[in-house]
Amino acid sequence: MENKKVLLEAKHLVKEFPIGGTKKNPLTVHAVSDVNLEIYEGETLALVGESGCGKSTLGRTLIRLLEPTSGEVFFEGEEITSMTAREFAQRRRQMQIIFQDPYASLNPRMSVKEIIAEPLTTYGMKDKGELENRIKDLMKKVGIPEEFYNRYPHQFSGGQRQRIGIARAIALNPRLIICDEPVSALDVSIQSQVLNLLKDLQQEYSLTYLFISHDLSVVKFIADRVCVMFLGSICEIGSTEALYEQPLHPYTRFLLNAIPKADPRLRTEEKELLSGEIPSPVNPPSGCRFHTRCPYAREICSREAPGCKQVGQRQVFCHFPLEK
Amino acid sequence: MSESIVLDIRNLKSHFFTAKGEVPAVDGVSIQVPAGKIIGIVGESGCGKSMTAMSVMGLLRYPGKVVDGTITLDGRDITHLSPKELSTVRGNELSMIFQEPMTSLNPVITVGRQVREAILLHQKVSRDEAKKRVIEIFREVGIPEPEKRYNSYPHQLSGGLRQRVMIGMAMVCKPKVMIADEPTTALDVTIEAQILRLMKKLCREQGTSIILITHNMGVVAETCDYVYVMYAGKVMEQAETFALFENTSHPYTQGLLKSIPKLNEKAERLYTIEGVVPNLLHLPEGCNFCTRCTEADARCRKEKPALYQAGDGHGVRCFKYESEVQLDGK
Ligand SMILES: Nc1ncnc2c1ncn2[C@@H]1O[C@H](COP(=O)(O)OP(=O)(O)O)[C@@H](O)[C@H]1O
Ligand SMILES: Nc1ncnc2c1ncn2[C@@H]1O[C@H](COP(=O)(O)OP(=O)(O)O)[C@@H](O)[C@H]1O
Ligand code: SF4
Ligand SMILES: [Mg+2]
Ligand SMILES: [Mg+2]
Repeated sequence: MENKKVLLEAKHLVKEFPIGGTKKNPLTVHAVSDVNLEIYEGETLALVGESGCGKSTLGRTLIRLLEPTSGEVFFEGEEITSMTAREFAQRRRQMQIIFQDPYASLNPRMSVKEIIAEPLTTYGMKDKGELENRIKDLMKKVGIPEEFYNRYPHQFSGGQRQRIGIARAIALNPRLIICDEPVSALDVSIQSQVLNLLKDLQQEYSLTYLFISHDLSVVKFIADRVCVMFLGSICEIGSTEALYEQPLHPYTRFLLNAIPKADPRLRTEEKELLSGEIPSPVNPPSGCRFHTRCPYAREICSREAPGCKQVGQRQVFCHFPLEK
Repeated sequence: MSESIVLDIRNLKSHFFTAKGEVPAVDGVSIQVPAGKIIGIVGESGCGKSMTAMSVMGLLRYPGKVVDGTITLDGRDITHLSPKELSTVRGNELSMIFQEPMTSLNPVITVGRQVREAILLHQKVSRDEAKKRVIEIFREVGIPEPEKRYNSYPHQLSGGLRQRVMIGMAMVCKPKVMIADEPTTALDVTIEAQILRLMKKLCREQGTSIILITHNMGVVAETCDYVYVMYAGKVMEQAETFALFENTSHPYTQGLLKSIPKLNEKAERLYTIEGVVPNLLHLPEGCNFCTRCTEADARCRKEKPALYQAGDGHGVRCFKYESEVQLDGK
């Protein structure tokens, strides 16, 4: 991709959660550690990695649903983490989020109409007729029949609830949507409907997505670029095609290997598996965070965190990237 | 199938008697489990996978009830055993593991002691002997530092380790059949791959048959010898795994496989099965899938198809495959 315009950029972003301990020995979850990341206008960047690696925390910190411990975030070149709440309010509407659990993320006491109206009225749409038209238009866009206007969340299926969440997220014509595992709770036949919808909406409204997922098959379908995370750090960023074709970070390779493939002919007994467990983010390993599980680790890996290596279009954070 | 069948489920019907009506959650399911094989049950949520398992285990609770069919374990009819008889069968010959091991582990007792109690309950050995067995089992199921882990409480272990403890506990008496209900759904892929490999190993080395319940076609393809595809309480298609994927026959199975994004291709759009699973209280008069099937005709909407034989050991519940030989009724 040439002439890409950066929509959002994170520089040295850190998010830690203090979780008690003693004064002398405070305990901290290192959820996101020194992340540098660019999201280009109009693209879908996927954030992948196993649970607890910091995907949701990073997504939320990028749009200031969480305040960073340190670091900066630029939206269209403007630093947003140091803005006052009032300054940020006008930016906020351009960044929305869709959550995994369509059951928990919709207020059960609000009707569909009220759920979708909320962001619109917050940002000043007062005229009843205009509001109703806009809501019905949005419902149509996401495939919820108009006659369900007055229904409540419990009267909808999981897939439909996710559509309502999507309608609410696009209501204010945002530029960026953080999609946090939006199809993980859905059955495959419903999942494919919602993924197609997200693609259609992206085209129609020139949306930029940060698509968080632990499902690499879904990511292959939806993403232009992929960022692989492990324990709060980035392992590798690159175009989807190239990264799946030729992973350069050992962790990426093991992750791709581990996916159960829906084709029995690809079964192998020798499939190389990662052994061991994911270390604790309270006491992350020194050096490369992956070194305790990495079969290629050498002495330097436990000592020094690997810097960013540029390999063609790819960024790899590994002392010994896999050979091309 | 010529292999010896350890567990034979015939025409199982388990219904829920609710205020709104009788829900046919499991509606005439027949499953044969041969010795030493891994059998998959796959389908979307609510299709009756867990209730089939619970019926076999005798764990179905009010308002659910087995209303018809027989369950035969090693030649013995266990469909209507007393709770006491059942509890001997469970643990000794049949065992089950669940998606979330925390629900079946006691949070205030160390995992080692819990597995030791399971051994003492079923085998006549001393406490010390039992403890030694636990540590052996922990080693077999790949728990690192088993002596140390013996004294851990469930919450001190990761999800993957807890699932290994559960598998260890289920294997204590070397059961004939282990039912695993979505055992890896809550786990990350790298841990999932480890657990699936462990289950295959136990099946091979100890001859335990496994019923693996999952919604993931990838898990089926990698692990199972034979597969049953369920939809709205019925088996829609059954076949050996390779046949199911190479010669996918039922419109539902075809749709399901086409809906999954593939790793090795770049698609612009995904195939979708339009609509939603029917409410079990208001099933269509005809084929359970007719409301979403692209190939349904007038007969499909009027009549229920049987499970027709469409090849060696391959059954399809669809009129397109109508034949003289029926593997199962309507
Ligand atoms: N509010 C919080 N307080 C303490 N720890 C948290 C909080 N939110 C997240 N964490 C921890 O931060 C890490 C990253 O979490 P998360 O971003 O949710 O990961 P992911 O989305 O990749 O599963 C985890 O170890 C999680 O337990
Ligand atoms: N307690 C209950 N009361 C009424 N119906 C129930 C109950 N539990 C389960 N069911 C019915 O049984 C069906 C099958 O459930 P289940 O076997 O758990 O599905 P699966 O495991 O395939 O997701 C559900 O669709 C539901 O209609
Ligand atoms: S019987 Fe008819 S409705 Fe049912 S799957 Fe076959 S073609 Fe479709
Ligand atoms: Mg998350
Ligand atoms: Mg279930």
